[in-house]
Amino acid sequence: MLSLYVPGHSPVHRLPAGVKLLVLAAGSAALFVVPGVAVHAGELLAILVLFHVAGLPWREVLDQLRPALILLVPIFLFHVFATDWVLGLETVLRILVLLFLAVIVTLTTRLSDMIEVLEKAMRPLRLAGINPSKVGMMLSMVIRLIPLMMREAGEILEAQRARGLDRNAIALLVPLLIKALKMADDLSDAMDARGYDPGAVTPFWRGKGTP
Amino acid sequence: MIEVCGVSHRFGERQVLKDVNLALTERRIGVVGANGSGKSTFARLLNGLLIPDEGRVRVDGIDSRDDVKALRRRVGFVFQNPDNQIVFPVVEEDIAFGLKNAKFPREEIPRRVDAVLERYRLGHLREQATHLLSGGEKQMLALAAVLVMEPRYVVLDEPMTLLDLRNRRLVQEVIRGIEQPIVLVTHEFDHLEELDRVIVFDEGRVIADDTPGAAIRRYVEAMA
Amino acid sequence: MSTRDMVLIALFAAITAAFAVFPPVQIPVVPAPIVVQNIGVMLAGAILGARRGGLALLLFVVLVALGMPLLTGWRGGFGVILGPTGGFVLSWIPAAFVVGAMVEKLWSRLNFWNLLLCNVVGGIVVVYALGIPWLAAVAGLELGQALAGSAVFIPGDVVKAVIASLAALVVKRSYPLIGR
Repeated sequence: MLSLYVPGHSPVHRLPAGVKLLVLAAGSAALFVVPGVAVHAGELLAILVLFHVAGLPWREVLDQLRPALILLVPIFLFHVFATDWVLGLETVLRILVLLFLAVIVTLTTRLSDMIEVLEKAMRPLRLAGINPSKVGMMLSMVIRLIPLMMREAGEILEAQRARGLDRNAIALLVPLLIKALKMADDLSDAMDARGYDPGAVTPFWRGKGTP
Repeated sequence: MIEVCGVSHRFGERQVLKDVNLALTERRIGVVGANGSGKSTFARLLNGLLIPDEGRVRVDGIDSRDDVKALRRRVGFVFQNPDNQIVFPVVEEDIAFGLKNAKFPREEIPRRVDAVLERYRLGHLREQATHLLSGGEKQMLALAAVLVMEPRYVVLDEPMTLLDLRNRRLVQEVIRGIEQPIVLVTHEFDHLEELDRVIVFDEGRVIADDTPGAAIRRYVEAMA
Repeated sequence: MSTRDMVLIALFAAITAAFAVFPPVQIPVVPAPIVVQNIGVMLAGAILGARRGGLALLLFVVLVALGMPLLTGWRGGFGVILGPTGGFVLSWIPAAFVVGAMVEKLWSRLNFWNLLLCNVVGGIVVVYALGIPWLAAVAGLELGQALAGSAVFIPGDVVKAVIASLAALVVKRSYPLIGR
């Protein structure tokens, strides 16, 4: 689901990362402000057209999204029984729009470009003693770590299914945490070994800012 | 030259290194020992990942206590588990990481990244997500990400332990091709014969420091 | 902040995201499905402490707000933050901070019961104190209605607090990250 950049030269690819991020943020907010089945269906159609324009690999994307798509069925059914099917359709369409919007942005934008935009946007925070490049570094690391942690969590899920529900939650959770913390130690050693220097920024109330 | 003078180190109660004195002058040096023998701790001292409790580590005269950054630029370090040393989600970013840290000129970074990707046959993976690489590709990336910085020395901490046979050969080939002096920490014998010198650790002490053949004999005796 | 702190913060943001793979669990006594994800909030606070735990969840919420579908059910985006359950998601930041602050205070004499207290206060009370008024305001409900609607989740949250406490205690023994 956290698909990463697929190289390409489509107009969607060439759009500046800042613009795409803005569209994503504004678009995902608008989904809730402007409801309606027809509206969402239109949006979904527009996004699918963009998908085609960007030349993204359909099969691969659908494969990655399958777990999310399967989950939409019970959500729809829930609404059919609890409220009504129109609301269900609207909810499902909204999730689809959101998913594809996020996917289209992440697949056509280099993560490094996105993070660069964010770092630029965060520059004023230096005054408060926050180093934007450190925040950018951490964002990169989260993206790097999510698939690894999901793999671990997925294994827990499998084990739980095999052994019966919840009984072994702790026995499964603790090894995951210990393994993850060990990994954090190694990772920070590896960063230090490659010369990473987090570099502090002085907030304005403590005198001169560092370059 | 890497000099280790009177080094002792402990983790809490446990003494992991006891009075180690070595001058590493050969081009290919192996370090062997059982788990917990102190060999990994020793490796970590060489590029300042650890500062010894007692004694000094000097690389070309630079003391790890005085300028750990300069030391780290000189000594590249490759870890056992590539998953735990790949920092970025995308191959080319991970290779550029060390160069950015070392403040290479912005326009020079892509050139160097290209060269190293080409050299280690990773060119086609340039924009690949790192979590989608195979085990062998990950270790190649880890090696490339260190070698791109052109360190004067390279320390490798069991770089082949987690690999299957085929990838092991591949990585071994790359290690053979490293021009800089290397210190290879391992607990396997297969790669030792071709080295210039082998140091054997046991319970935090150097128990042998010799040609590969003699050192291995001593190691086998100690383990028996 | 050291390199290691940065990695730990990123790690717990990633762990919280990873818990999204657990589908909502339906257990017999509780009428509403339980989402596993907010156990990450308690763990981040209890294992990393106030500052790092809070920052981990801040990082997570920023990624969600940017449109990454990291919430259970692959939800994400600014819309979710502005929506009826947005208060709960936002509350995760102070929640992890409060759990962490309490754990730091009790660190030297931490046991299951006082750790459970930390997780209940930070991971449940703080979350509901912020989430319920938000829900009421956005969905146009009476505070009482919002509270009643959310109360069904409390038993599940208590179960999660127990699990988080037990896990964090074991982790403390082998990997203490707060005491200095």
